[in-house]
Amino acid sequence: MNLFTCEKVITEISNYLDGDLDEDLKRSLEAHINKCQHCRVVFDTTRKTIELYCDGKLFPLPDDVRARLHEAIRRRWRERQGNT
Amino acid sequence: MGESPQAAVARDEAVLVTEAKAGSYAAFEELVNRYEKKIYRLGMNITGSPQDAEDVLQETFLKAFEHLGDFRADSRFYTWIVRIAVNEGLMKLRKRRSSKEVPIEDTEGDDGAPTPRELADWKPNPEQELARSELENILQDAARLLPPTFRTVFYLRDVEGLSTEETAALLGLSVGAVKARLFRARLRLREDLSRIFKRG
Repeated sequence: MNLFTCEKVITEISNYLDGDLDEDLKRSLEAHINKCQHCRVVFDTTRKTIELYCDGKLFPLPDDVRARLHEAIRRRWRERQGNT
Repeated sequence: MGESPQAAVARDEAVLVTEAKAGSYAAFEELVNRYEKKIYRLGMNITGSPQDAEDVLQETFLKAFEHLGDFRADSRFYTWIVRIAVNEGLMKLRKRRSSKEVPIEDTEGDDGAPTPRELADWKPNPEQELARSELENILQDAARLLPPTFRTVFYLRDVEGLSTEETAALLGLSVGAVKARLFRARLRLREDLSRIFKRG
């Protein structure tokens, strides 16, 4: 029996995506989503949102930023060597 | 029984830390090479600013270098520097507190489910229609509108793949608070992106 309301689905979407729902709740949520287009859209687009942010190419480290980082560490290293 | 890839990485990392503690610059540089991209991305995600992200990156590794002797081998080096970077990032935001740019305090509670308002389906693969920089700007703008701890929870859990418990420990939050903030962050981002990516 599908006892899930739309509000309950929204509340549990995050737990579903994290695999935190037990089998009964998971099946109820899936049954609701299969019948309710609005909830299916919210579910699909929430998952897609996470996928977009997970793309490893986001915010690549610029070469000049990397060069300044390594120079700063080298400088600190030399200072320490000089003090010993 | 063979060693898992994660265990092999952790063991390898522990060897590098030991060598770096003993004075090997090459070992410390190797640790930097491994994690510099992730720490920069973390800085970008927390602060939303390239300049602040660079500061977070430098401060994180310089502090790690200075305090390497205090690092205890019972935790992973990577988890340790993520903690330093999160603190540096949140400190940057606190410094901006007086300028109206970023609210540091979470202005909304953890209770109740936000009501989704954008219910139209998205275009298929909207990211393929956009230049990389355009997509980055859209994602960054949406993330910037989140309260900082919501954004940080989202980043650590969904992008970095830390567990709920690890995220809670890093941020000094309860497991329940991490779950509530993650839930609201995901739905808020979805709502904002839906306005851009919806069909029609």
